[in-house]
Amino acid sequence: MYALADCFRLKRQNGSDMDDNKIKNRIEHAVFICIILVLGLFTQNTYYLQIMTFIGINTLLALGLNMLIGYAGQISLGHAAFYGIGAYTTAILSGTFGISPWLSLLCAIGVAVLIAFVVGLPTLRLSGYYLGMGTLGFGMIVNILFREWSSVTGGSSGFVGIPVLEAGKVSFMSGQNYFFLVWGVVLGAILMCRRILASRMGRALRSIHDGEKASLAVGVNTHYLKLQIFMFSASLGAVAGFLYAHFVLFISPESFGFMVSVKMVTMVVIGGMASVWGALLGASLLTLLPEVLHGFAEYEMIVFGLILMVVMIFMPQGLTRGFLDMYEKARKKRQ
Amino acid sequence: MISPEPGHNNKPILAVSSLTKMFGGVKAQDNISFSIQPGIVCGLIGPNGAGKTTLFNLITGIYSPDEGQVVFNGKDTRKMTVDQRVRAGIARTFQHVELFGSMTLLENVLVGMHVRTRSGFWGAVTRLPWVIREEKEAVEKAEALLEFTGLMDYAHHPAGDLPVGRQKTAEIARALASDPLLLLLDEPAAGLNAVETEALGKLIEQVKKRGVTMMLVEHDMSLAMGICDKMIVLDQGSKLAEGTPREIQNNEAVMAAYLGQG
Amino acid sequence: MQEIIQYLFSGITTGAIYAVIAVGLSMLYSSTELINFAHGEFVMIGAMSMVTFWVHMALPLPVAIGCTLALGCALGLLFERFAIRTARNPQPIVLVIITVGASIFLRGTGMIVWGKDPFSVPPFSNHESLEIFGAALLPQSIWIVAAALLLAGGIHFFLKRTLTGKAMVASAVNQKAAWLSGIPPERMAVLAFAISTGCGAVAGIFIAPVTMSSYDMGTILGLKGFCAAMIGGLGSLWGAFAGGILLGVLESLGAGLISSGLKDAIAFILLLLILYVRPGGLFSAKEAKRF
Repeated sequence: MYALADCFRLKRQNGSDMDDNKIKNRIEHAVFICIILVLGLFTQNTYYLQIMTFIGINTLLALGLNMLIGYAGQISLGHAAFYGIGAYTTAILSGTFGISPWLSLLCAIGVAVLIAFVVGLPTLRLSGYYLGMGTLGFGMIVNILFREWSSVTGGSSGFVGIPVLEAGKVSFMSGQNYFFLVWGVVLGAILMCRRILASRMGRALRSIHDGEKASLAVGVNTHYLKLQIFMFSASLGAVAGFLYAHFVLFISPESFGFMVSVKMVTMVVIGGMASVWGALLGASLLTLLPEVLHGFAEYEMIVFGLILMVVMIFMPQGLTRGFLDMYEKARKKRQ
Repeated sequence: MISPEPGHNNKPILAVSSLTKMFGGVKAQDNISFSIQPGIVCGLIGPNGAGKTTLFNLITGIYSPDEGQVVFNGKDTRKMTVDQRVRAGIARTFQHVELFGSMTLLENVLVGMHVRTRSGFWGAVTRLPWVIREEKEAVEKAEALLEFTGLMDYAHHPAGDLPVGRQKTAEIARALASDPLLLLLDEPAAGLNAVETEALGKLIEQVKKRGVTMMLVEHDMSLAMGICDKMIVLDQGSKLAEGTPREIQNNEAVMAAYLGQG
Repeated sequence: MQEIIQYLFSGITTGAIYAVIAVGLSMLYSSTELINFAHGEFVMIGAMSMVTFWVHMALPLPVAIGCTLALGCALGLLFERFAIRTARNPQPIVLVIITVGASIFLRGTGMIVWGKDPFSVPPFSNHESLEIFGAALLPQSIWIVAAALLLAGGIHFFLKRTLTGKAMVASAVNQKAAWLSGIPPERMAVLAFAISTGCGAVAGIFIAPVTMSSYDMGTILGLKGFCAAMIGGLGSLWGAFAGGILLGVLESLGAGLISSGLKDAIAFILLLLILYVRPGGLFSAKEAKRF
């Protein structure tokens, strides 16, 4: 027999390491659920609920993109396209054609995944700046399509008449119900991402990030894997787009333009790449920041740009890593 | 599990014929032919720039040859992609360590098992019983391999934090994880001290006992002479000599190439 | 026929502007391997400064142009010194986001300084338009093209013939080796930045009399410049120039003959086609790095 494994004595593992990790994950999820419940049940202010719902939608976007940038190491500067595809697909199907929104959600995911496949096939063969430019071009073309195909999308004046979500007797008109819907989806997405990362697929994905040459050599079909994760992150984008469309009930091309793609990348990088909670942090910061900066009125853009630059200059690992490092340093000094 | 075709035990596991590869006018491989019988350790030596790593890249499918063919285990590899070749049983290590630095050693070996496991996206998301079983078996097999290579103590350390010697061994463990029939080792002893080199020699002997055929590029002649059953000498892209270590030692053309009189 | 020639003329004019933007980007990439996402904002600053110096302050034209150029170069210097060089971890993705931050910052500054309203700048010369095959050719167009050629030629001469230029190329090819032979890499990077943002300002000067200028004009111009640079082959000076002209002409023809709404899409469709078919660019022999 040439097969190696058969020759080895199998050794039972005590695996305390693995179990520790599992317990840690469970605790993290429990804390997360508690925070969501508390925030959702005790926030009365509709404005705050609305902001937190947007944070949830942006977290979905950041989670998907984080899988691509943080773990697979592939940049996308056009990811708002999938966000927009999700939003416009559900808007057109449920608004224009009167199809049930839940059915149109499936269609939105399907369309986004299909487009991701067709676009990813040639684009993901590129790397570095070339990949960045390729995805950027794709995002721009999709956005121009939203703007120019006005008979279907409503053009640059936007799409009006998106129905409110309903499930049986539950209406998602109220801020609180929508908050729980969005954050429920976010929780599902976090669990999905973590399961993927802990699997054979996730390991192969991380191996591409560490060294594509070696991961090819051990037999990982890197192109196919990148394509798969591109499709997965596109589907999360589409779900976010669906949730966005039925939340604000009006969409226009600006919500899915180049700056939105850039903002998505920024969420991932600022929060800290390759970290599920980093995506949450990044999404929260970038959603809250403009709200806080409203006080600065005209100076909003200047302050936003400055913060982006300063964080990247001094904490290139992202805030999660940056704060952890600062904490470690402080602790070492005290000892 | 894969094994060489039954009843063909005298057939070579690897047969390379008239392999030629050009890099912009320079012949990196010039009409190279040789064959390797199953179960042996074959050394590949030659001065720097002789085309040893290029040969490895041609066998593993990183490059495709301009002419000639590589027949592995009775199959023409021309149309096979890199990962198909790994699946068929070709594994390799790198001259400069190429471990996945941020992942633990155990995870590195598990990635090495990629072609022997099959759960994908839906498996990961649904975690059906067969997926969990596959994962458990994979971890057990990976730990057995770490035990075999003496790295079990480092299983949960990030691979990038290990000393070079351990990393070199870890690369072998990762390559073995794909159950290879043929293992290509690119300068496994480079950067190792004398003690580590000796341990490496023993490890190679043990891998050989498992029935894995090996080809290794090596500059450490005492190591190569000691463990190789056969040697192939390359110089400036062409095959200079082929034979047992003793024959190679006494070959005049080889001496000339090494002493720079060729 | 007459229409097509008219489209060609206007295409070459905008193309020359794209070319100047692309040359600036390409020159920065070839000497620092950095793509500056704030490049378009320097074009905006160039155009808006012309509004200030020439229209509002009524300085003589050469002085206004000189001031604008100086401002563009100076801002490039400051940008390199304070944002790029201080970066602790100069990975491409980090640098890209820094430049994106800079672009938002500069746009915000532009909005504060010049307000949200668009401005127009009168043409630099008042000659009658020439008629060629029945199509009108503005003298403005001729000297935009001429000045663009002169600029590209000047940079080419600088890089190929002068000692400093050669040092800059050497520093880009192998920074360590260049440093060992006494070339200060920091000074080379600063110089590359200043020239590059200077090019951006020049494009702004050209574009000011052609279209309305406002604080948010930069982003799309910068992106078009990337497309042109990519089409020609990133890092190749004349490739970027040719890519710019080609892009301008195709856009003008496409807008005129097919649909004006799709004008902006043409650049990006062209970009994708090039990336898929010939990622090294049309005029480059080098194969793009795919690994």
